[in-house]
Amino acid sequence: MSAFNAIGEEREIDRDEYTPGVEPQPTWCPGCGDFGVLKSLKQALPEVGKTPEEVLAVTGIGCSGKLNSYLDTYGFHTIHGRSLPVARAAKLANPELEVIAAGGDGDGYGIGGNHFIHTARENHDMTYIVFNNEIFGLTKGQTSPTSPKGHKSKTQPSGSAKSPLRPLSMSLNAGATYVARTAAVNPNQAKEIIKEAIEHDGFAHVDFLTQCPTWNKDARQYVPYVDVQESDDYDFDVSDREEAAQMMRETEDVLNEGTVLTGRYYVDDESPSYTEEKKAVGEMPEQPVAERYFDEDAEWERSYDLLERHT
Amino acid sequence: MTIHSKGFRHREPKIRIRLATWPLISMSDDELIWRVSGGSGDGIDSTSQNFAKALMRSGLDVFTHRHYPSRIRGGHTYVEIRAAADEVQSRGDGYNFLLALGDSFARNPQEEAYYGNEEIKPLSENLDELREGGVIVYDEGLLSEDDVADLDLEERAEENDWHVYPVDLRGLAKEHGREVMRNTAGVGITAGLLDMELEHIEDLMSGAMGGDILEANLEILHEAYEMVDEEFETTHDLRVPTGEHDTEQALLSGSNAIAYGAIDGGCRFIAGYPMTPWTDVFTILSQNFPDIGGVSEQVEDEIAAAALAVGASHAGAKAMSGSSGGGFALMSEPLGLAEMTETPLVLVESMRAGPSTGMPTKPEQGDLEFVLYTSQGDSSRVVFAPGTIEEAYEQTRLAFHIAWEYQIPTIIIYDQKLSGENKNVDVEFFDREPEPGLGTTLTEEELKEAAHDNSGKFERFGYEDNEKNVSKRSLPGQKGGRYLATGNEHSPVGHISEDPDNRVYQMTRRIEKLDSIREELDEEHDSNQTYFGDEDAEYGIITWGSSQGAVVEAVERLNDSGHSVKGISVSDMMPFAEAEVTEFLESVDEAMVVEMNATAQFRGLIQKELGRFGDKMTSLLKYNGNPFEPAEIVEGYEVNVADEDREPSAQVRIEPAAGD
Repeated sequence: MSAFNAIGEEREIDRDEYTPGVEPQPTWCPGCGDFGVLKSLKQALPEVGKTPEEVLAVTGIGCSGKLNSYLDTYGFHTIHGRSLPVARAAKLANPELEVIAAGGDGDGYGIGGNHFIHTARENHDMTYIVFNNEIFGLTKGQTSPTSPKGHKSKTQPSGSAKSPLRPLSMSLNAGATYVARTAAVNPNQAKEIIKEAIEHDGFAHVDFLTQCPTWNKDARQYVPYVDVQESDDYDFDVSDREEAAQMMRETEDVLNEGTVLTGRYYVDDESPSYTEEKKAVGEMPEQPVAERYFDEDAEWERSYDLLERHT
Repeated sequence: MTIHSKGFRHREPKIRIRLATWPLISMSDDELIWRVSGGSGDGIDSTSQNFAKALMRSGLDVFTHRHYPSRIRGGHTYVEIRAAADEVQSRGDGYNFLLALGDSFARNPQEEAYYGNEEIKPLSENLDELREGGVIVYDEGLLSEDDVADLDLEERAEENDWHVYPVDLRGLAKEHGREVMRNTAGVGITAGLLDMELEHIEDLMSGAMGGDILEANLEILHEAYEMVDEEFETTHDLRVPTGEHDTEQALLSGSNAIAYGAIDGGCRFIAGYPMTPWTDVFTILSQNFPDIGGVSEQVEDEIAAAALAVGASHAGAKAMSGSSGGGFALMSEPLGLAEMTETPLVLVESMRAGPSTGMPTKPEQGDLEFVLYTSQGDSSRVVFAPGTIEEAYEQTRLAFHIAWEYQIPTIIIYDQKLSGENKNVDVEFFDREPEPGLGTTLTEEELKEAAHDNSGKFERFGYEDNEKNVSKRSLPGQKGGRYLATGNEHSPVGHISEDPDNRVYQMTRRIEKLDSIREELDEEHDSNQTYFGDEDAEYGIITWGSSQGAVVEAVERLNDSGHSVKGISVSDMMPFAEAEVTEFLESVDEAMVVEMNATAQFRGLIQKELGRFGDKMTSLLKYNGNPFEPAEIVEGYEVNVADEDREPSAQVRIEPAAGD
């Protein structure tokens, strides 16, 4: 008997259930790409059969961090850059939870970059959505890790001397087993990619291009977009690491030249998730740690029985 | 195999007037303080552990003290084991038996090199603290004749009535095939010189090794032991004390005790990043968790470590993390997040000498203010500072109880000293039921009755029914419990809110949890403070954390020698043990606060918390990297209180009372 009966519950799910009564309308600017992420999640979650209370949405800080204010699941709005360590530990404490982490490009690729690399490397079974608007939004438009070289802002008055970070390549190198890029301007693809990411058994990273009309590009600048799976111009095998790497590189090269490439870049369905690996080496119990505290039959070990080595 | 005499072994014992190498000692004769010295990586630690256990099994109380450099191979290191029939609470003053094994990884001396001649240090560095009449055994197979001659050992031995026995331990070990066995040979010689039975040493060796290795070690142990009788002309009086225990004993370190307190408190999740000396707790739990259903995670940095503990706790595990000062600095943000989101959490902070990297393997109590106040905004956390192995266990258990009952981060602050020192404890002390409850966490059944907003969102931070200032929590995955946790100020269902009334309500409630906790600690638990000395005394000594043992012993000595002194060791740092410390200070005319830091942080805390007594309190401070010895505190008292017109001879500082 589980203490967490929202998990695995079979019933009809209305997408309106995901709209919180207390805060139904987001405060994002009109035309903001963040609406696209929220919408695709509200569509995807019922379609993959997830009820609001079996989902934990963990966010960082920034406009994107408000996601779980507007998505009525269990939510944890953490601190800048730290959504991933909070999220992956929740998954370890209760692997039955559907864990989705989200944050901006500054949050995930800048201040939280170390956590991103290590969470991807460990291949935790969770989804990570990065709202990539190539700018710092909530602090009013400073250059971010994905801003193009030469980008001018109040903190880079002469134009950024740095090349932008390559999020897809970085993710692949770090060890993510599902890597995709989608865009707010392409809601149908976004919904499908989010669904795949949730259903993927491993670390699924979605770089989500979310236009920031207030401080950076507006929606028109992400149009036209190209779906690399649907376009005849591109042909590569998403399960082939080498080919994926090449496609990612090209995608990152052309983004700031006006060609918006999106789609699935790397899908590895073979590698076991971190939970499976940890169970395999004997360092993770079969019964979720969180369940045990409610299990009346659980027999709790005590230190008294460990003392022989000290006598 | 012959023992080459250096001459002074055969001299007649003489009565001499001691010179001022160690002027502070007043010690009992019925104790052994055995110091085994060598280089890092020479197996000093494991050799001493077994020897300490053998002494414990023979019926003695033991206490160990470790001194080591931040270096893997080479560098002067020693372990001291104090053993006596009655309870020993500190390392004592000086020591009376040196086994100098040599540093096999010593660097080569060079003219300009600051480290001098490392090879001789296991002998030379230890002479100043050796008591009059003490015994020296050194490995003449590793220490060269010329180097020893340079020390004027013979002359100093005459002056101090030391009894010196050079033995070629290395040669003896080589004869038996393995040079590393020189440690065993040294133990054999020690046992022989002290008239100590080999039974317990043999048992321990048999438990730890087998086959040819065991055989060779037993052989060399006996050969060395018998050599003392057959070939030595002994002149010393020191013998191993005898004692008896009423119940079975276990030899544990403070780190063991903290780890075991966590296990019995129901902790089954730990995340960490290695850092001396916190690594011990992390390691002990990581090694035990696979067998008891726990999860341990070594992660990319301490920000992640504490954030993982927050995430695991949020999802329903009793979780902890910890570090030493530098790593704990990185935990400031997740700590603040736990305060704001009211996520139960236990952190441990194992202090070492700072600032920055400081002295990584040396104890200090310099992180008190840091642990109390780090992270932005007003603090709402609990901080306990255990002073002994037993307190470390009790207070870690209590930390889990408080953290989950009150949904508040609870910190155990201790140090390198308590972390690494071993002491015997009654096995039955641990014979109690574990406490795996989740405190004020609701079940799904209870959630049905709990307050929700109109849209069905759980009022996790609601305004009603907050007994003891605690609002009940739910866990992700529970039916009917969804809410938002956020580091922003938030409304009853957890959504971001900057409404002034809500702000004041939530902030006040979080802070006032500390009053409720204080009440529970005062009314429902035995005091975490330890009292000692003469109840009617008009002079008090106040200390905290691991300095307790040396202070207890100093107070005993002062009372034995006709002074009237009482002492208190305080553990409740936040919420502060206000009533108890007030009562103590009111009962004395003057008090000396003893702590291992340079800025009198604990005395400052007392003044901040109580707002008075500034003119009653002086400080005795030590921050040279070594813990207090009882005699230094006795002397501090004499100089400070008896208004003696002299400076202390030890490397300590006396700070006058405010306004003096």
